[in-house]
Amino acid sequence: MSNFIPGQPLIAVVLRIEIKKLRQGDNLILGFSIGGGIDQDPGQNPFSDDKTDKGIYVTRITPGGPAEEADLRMGDKIMQVNGYDMTMMTHDQARKRLTKKNEDVVRLLVTRKSLEEAVKHSMGSYPRQ
Amino acid sequence: MDTESTYSGYSYYSGRSRGSHRHGERSRDRHKSRNKDSRSEKSVTINTPPAEPLLGDSAVRGEQVQDDNWGETTTAVTGTSEHSLSQEDIVRITKDLEDSVGLDCRRYFTLTLAVILGLLVFLTPVAFLVLPHILWPEKLQSCGTACEGLFISVAFKLLILLLAVWALFFRSPRAGLPRVFVFRALLAVLVLLFVVSYWLFYGVRILDAQDENYQGIVQYAVSLVDALLFIHYLAIVLLELRQLQPCYSVCVMRSTDGEMRHYNLGQLSIQRAALAILEHYYCDFPVHNPALLSASKSRAAKHLAGLKVYNVDGPGNNAAAGMAHSQSRAMIAAAARRRDTSHNELYYEEAEHERRVRKRKARLVVAVEEAFTHIKRMQEEEQKKAPGDVMDPREAAQAIFPSMARALQKYLRTTKQQHCHSMESIQQHLAFCITNNMTPKAFLESYLSAGPTLQYSRDHWLARQWTLISEVSVTSGLKDGSIFQLKCADFSLVVTTKKIPYIQMSEEYIDPKSHKFVLRLQSETSV
Repeated sequence: MSNFIPGQPLIAVVLRIEIKKLRQGDNLILGFSIGGGIDQDPGQNPFSDDKTDKGIYVTRITPGGPAEEADLRMGDKIMQVNGYDMTMMTHDQARKRLTKKNEDVVRLLVTRKSLEEAVKHSMGSYPRQ
Repeated sequence: MDTESTYSGYSYYSGRSRGSHRHGERSRDRHKSRNKDSRSEKSVTINTPPAEPLLGDSAVRGEQVQDDNWGETTTAVTGTSEHSLSQEDIVRITKDLEDSVGLDCRRYFTLTLAVILGLLVFLTPVAFLVLPHILWPEKLQSCGTACEGLFISVAFKLLILLLAVWALFFRSPRAGLPRVFVFRALLAVLVLLFVVSYWLFYGVRILDAQDENYQGIVQYAVSLVDALLFIHYLAIVLLELRQLQPCYSVCVMRSTDGEMRHYNLGQLSIQRAALAILEHYYCDFPVHNPALLSASKSRAAKHLAGLKVYNVDGPGNNAAAGMAHSQSRAMIAAAARRRDTSHNELYYEEAEHERRVRKRKARLVVAVEEAFTHIKRMQEEEQKKAPGDVMDPREAAQAIFPSMARALQKYLRTTKQQHCHSMESIQQHLAFCITNNMTPKAFLESYLSAGPTLQYSRDHWLARQWTLISEVSVTSGLKDGSIFQLKCADFSLVVTTKKIPYIQMSEEYIDPKSHKFVLRLQSETSV
């Protein structure tokens, strides 16, 4: 993940993940937990490279849940949810974005460290054109 | 590691026959020390020549003939000797020293000198003013208004000087110091020189010439009194103010039990510093109790009594210089090898003593609390109503004392304090506590722990005669690293000095509005 420079556009390699919400009783659940936010303490985030990164991270995946089926992994940073940017959100705002009752499907853009490695690796094996 | 060397020694010894000689023991030492020198600190190589010398001090070494019976007549070190002094003897000797004529003579001599100097100083201005009127009254100009105003000034300044000198110098001496007080002597000499020079000038220029200008003479007298007031200011600064700022930190340690205290002193001479330290000693140090030291003395005696060095090969060739040295090393090595269980005894004895003291203390506290419940203070109104069986504090103390006397006596015996408190003093203290509405705990506090020397009766202040032992002159000032001793009959106080370091302080300003805090949040929500 590239370091965040305020005011500059953020460049990252992202993966598109689509999760269908599962109905459990009265609730629609996605099957993962989030942590982080601009109102939280970024130093305690175990998944981030840069300890000043206040983005939303996936901290836990419920086994057998919709997120696990959609191949969301622990440690992923959520960049967009259904088109809305998540990099500058408070924790509560992020939660609300993910748990809207009238949405059945959430389309996430997530980034993880291994993606960058894979891209670099694949770029390196082809000559520049 | 120690036990290892000891055990091996013993096992080897038991293997040999009972008639092992000293020679064999020595070779064993050498053999062992070669193997274990690096590991065991207690094995010592003894490099003595084959002929061992006699045991004894250097006076005996000159003897050529060995008396076979001398071993039986020498004894190990015991606690007392023939010429022991009892406590009463010491008191008598110190009292004799105090009543000696020499010290008093010096004190009176200084006092008379001071009085003469004072009279000279006070009468000089008056003499300056009066002498012209006596010697040449007709030639003298009459005194105008300004001149008479100066009379008032002289009078009041003399009064102020009198009061100031009374405040600074007319105090009963606290102590007799070994050497003269340097600053006072210097000031006295200065004053004397000053007054003498004024008299000289007066004698030559005014008396001889019979000056008519009386106002000038009065002004001269006023200038003398002014200068005397300034000298008095100098005296205050030198004698009182200079040593107030702390400059040295002294560490005072008592030689018998290692009680240590630290004080801050200013720039003083060694004798004045010693005086200040002694005044602190009486308030701060717990009273010297010789009964508490007897246990360690008996242990030391046991150590020495255990070993004797024998020379089996006969006297004679003892030319080597390090004879006594090798003897003591032999004793140390033998003592190291001996199985010493005195530490065990000490540990259990101390634990047992602790338990006993605590049990006695519990009994004592309960007894005293119960005794205090028998007494009630009568209020004013009640005093008028019931005049019978009313006691004053002393009688009240005597009434409740028997119920706690036994427990208190047992406790004092266990903590070896029984000679510090007499029955009379205990009853006095009890009456004092009752009068001042003290609780039983307050009454007991002075018996539960040893207090400073001031707390006890006057005969405990036996050491009013102290000796100052110092390698440098006692009138020289305190310096960093100076060491001196204050000796009295029973113990000595060793004083070491350290300079208080220069402190460099810097400031840091904190804006009161700059104290801001945030919460450290880390929540995890499941979606």
